[in-house]
Amino acid sequence: MKITYAKAINEALRNEMRRNPDVFIMGEDVGMVGGTFGLTQGLLDEFGPDRVRDTPITEQQIIGMSVGAASLGMVPVPELMFNDFMGCAFDQLLNQAAKFRYMYGGNMKIPMTLRLPCGGGLQAAAQHSQCLEAFLTHIPGLKVVYPSNPADAYGLLIGAIRDENPVMYFEHLNLYFGEGEVDLNGEAIPLGKADIKKKGADITVIATGACVNKALEAGAAMKKEGIDIEVVDPRSLYPLDKETIYRSIQKTKRVAIVTEEVKRGAWSAEMAACVAEDMFDSLEKKIVRIGDLNTPIPYTVNLESYVLPQVEDIVQGIRSIAN
Amino acid sequence: MLEKTQAVSLYQTMLTIRQFELRVSSCFAKGQVQGFVHLCAGQEATATGVCANLKPEDYISSTHRGHGHIIAKGADIKTMMAELFGREAGYCHGKGGSMHISDTKIGVLGANGIVGGGFNLAAGAALACKMKKKGSIVVCFFGDGSSNEGSWHEAMNIASVWKLPILFVCENNMYGISSRIDKAMAVENVSDRAAAYAMKREIADGNDVFAVHRTAREAAAYVRAGSGPMLLEYKTYRQRGHFEGEPEVYRSKEEIQEWLKKDPIQNCEKVLIQNGILTEQEIKTIKNQVAGIIDEAVEYAEKSPFPPVSAAVKDVYTDIVEEGRER
Repeated sequence: MKITYAKAINEALRNEMRRNPDVFIMGEDVGMVGGTFGLTQGLLDEFGPDRVRDTPITEQQIIGMSVGAASLGMVPVPELMFNDFMGCAFDQLLNQAAKFRYMYGGNMKIPMTLRLPCGGGLQAAAQHSQCLEAFLTHIPGLKVVYPSNPADAYGLLIGAIRDENPVMYFEHLNLYFGEGEVDLNGEAIPLGKADIKKKGADITVIATGACVNKALEAGAAMKKEGIDIEVVDPRSLYPLDKETIYRSIQKTKRVAIVTEEVKRGAWSAEMAACVAEDMFDSLEKKIVRIGDLNTPIPYTVNLESYVLPQVEDIVQGIRSIAN
Repeated sequence: MLEKTQAVSLYQTMLTIRQFELRVSSCFAKGQVQGFVHLCAGQEATATGVCANLKPEDYISSTHRGHGHIIAKGADIKTMMAELFGREAGYCHGKGGSMHISDTKIGVLGANGIVGGGFNLAAGAALACKMKKKGSIVVCFFGDGSSNEGSWHEAMNIASVWKLPILFVCENNMYGISSRIDKAMAVENVSDRAAAYAMKREIADGNDVFAVHRTAREAAAYVRAGSGPMLLEYKTYRQRGHFEGEPEVYRSKEEIQEWLKKDPIQNCEKVLIQNGILTEQEIKTIKNQVAGIIDEAVEYAEKSPFPPVSAAVKDVYTDIVEEGRER
C-alpha cells in the first residue's frame, strides 16, 4: 500500500496501541488536534483520552512522566513537537531515562519511545529546524533510530515500541508527506540493522534521514559520470550495524558520510572516527563528510538552502574522492 | 496516642535510620563509603511517619537524601549497606551508591541525585497507578530547596489537573544546600504554593513522629480515595551538613543547638516513657538490638566482594553488552 511517512507513523502507533493496552501517547496537541502535523490523527477517537493524552506545554514533564510510567510497566510513546525542544527536557533524558537501568543495577526497564520531529527545509528558522541526534547518541542507555522512508518509519516505530529500552525516534519533517510502499503487516524492523538503499561498486555513501533521498538523487547524477555509489542507511544510529557498513566499505574502499546536522561534533563525526579506527587499512581515499554548515539554521530561503546539505554538495563531496 | 506495637515500631524505624546514618558517617570518614553522602539525621520522623501509612504495593520516590525513606519503606539494611560499600551484593550491585538505591519490589522507585529530577517521574508513576487501576498511591518525598525547581511546579500542576494518586511530602529543613529558605522563596511555607494548583495541603511538626503519622494517615486516605493529590509540609531540620564533610558556614552553632533540643528520636522516647509504653530499660534494649542490626550490616558489606569489572559494561541496556577493555 502506498502511504506517506506521516501515515506510516500513525499506522504503527495504531497497530501497537491495538496490540498492547499498556501503550499510550502523551504530548502537546496529540489528542484533539491529532498532532501539529497530523501524525496522531484518529487515535483519540479510537483509544480515548486515557491513552491519548494532551499535556500542558511542559516538555520536561512529557518525558519525565513517561519515564515514571514506563518504570511501572507502561509503554509510553511521548511526542516532542520539535526535537529542538529537548533543551527544555534534557535532564529527563540525560540523567533519568538513560541512567535508570544502569544506576539501579539492572533492576529497571524503561520501555519508552520518544518521537522527535526534526529537520530543516521548512523555513522554520533556528529553533524549529535542527537535527540533534548527536546529542542523544552520545548518551549511554539510549537507542536512537532515524527512518528515511515510509516502510522504515512503520517498521522501526513498531520495533522501537516493542524494545525494552528508551528509544529516541527521529522523524524528519521534510519526509512526512513523501509516499512509499508500506506493508501494514505489523512487523517490526529490528533496531541495529542497516539497509542498503542502493547497491553500487565504487563509493560507500552512508546517509541518514532526509539525506538518504538526497544521496540517492546524487547517485543518479553520478551514474552519468560513470561513478556507481552504494547508499547505506544505518536506520539505527545506536546500536549501529557496523557489520553491514564495513562490508560495503571493504568493497568500495571509499566513504562519504551525509547527514543533516551541524558538522561540528556531529553523529557523522563519530561514524567517521569509527571508520578511521576500524577500517583505515581498507581506505584508498580520505573520509568525506557532508553536513550542515556550523551555524544555526537561518530563516530565509536562500540562506537556509545554503546552510543545509543539498544534492550538489553531495555530488561535489563524492567527486572529490572518486578519482 | 497509637497502640503500643505501632508506637514502638515507629520508634524502632527511626532509630534504625539514625544508627544507619551515624554508622555511614563513620564508615565514610574511614573511607569505606565513598562518593557523596547526604545524611538525613534529624529528619527520621517524616520518612517513618509517612511510610508507616503505606501498603507494600504503594510507591515512594526519594531524593539524594534518601536513606531514611528507603529504610522506612522496608528496605533490607544489609543490602543497602553493601551498596554504599560498593559491593556486588548491594541493591544496585555497586553501580549506584548512596544516591541511587531502588527496589520496585518494595515500592522504592529510586532515590535520585538530581534535585528536582524525580517530580515528574513520580507523577508518571502515579499516572501508571491510575491507569492500571490497582489502587496504589505514590509518595513523592522532596525538600524545600527543590520546590524552586520548575519541575516541582509542573508536577504539582499536572497531579492536580489529572487528579493523580500522589502525595507530595515536603521535608522543609529550611536549607537548600546553603541557601536559607527566606533567601530562596517569597512565601513563608512551601505549601503556600499549593493554592496555585488548587491542591489541599497541611503543615505539621516534622520532628514529632506521631503528628507526622496522624497527618500522613489522613492524607494517604484522601489520596487513596481518588480525591486527587495532596501536599504535606513537615518542618524539620537536618542535623548534619548538606553532605558529609561539608564546612557548615551558613548556619550558626546556636541554631543547630536549638534544633538538637527538638530531636525527633529523643522526643519520641519521652512520649513513650511518659505514656508508659516503654521503660528506659526497654529503650536501651531496643537500641542495642538496632545497633546489632547495623553491626551485622557493616560486617556483611565488608565481607561482600566487589563486582567483577566485566559488570561495568552490562545493564546499560536490556539487550546490549558494551565493549570492555583489555587490562
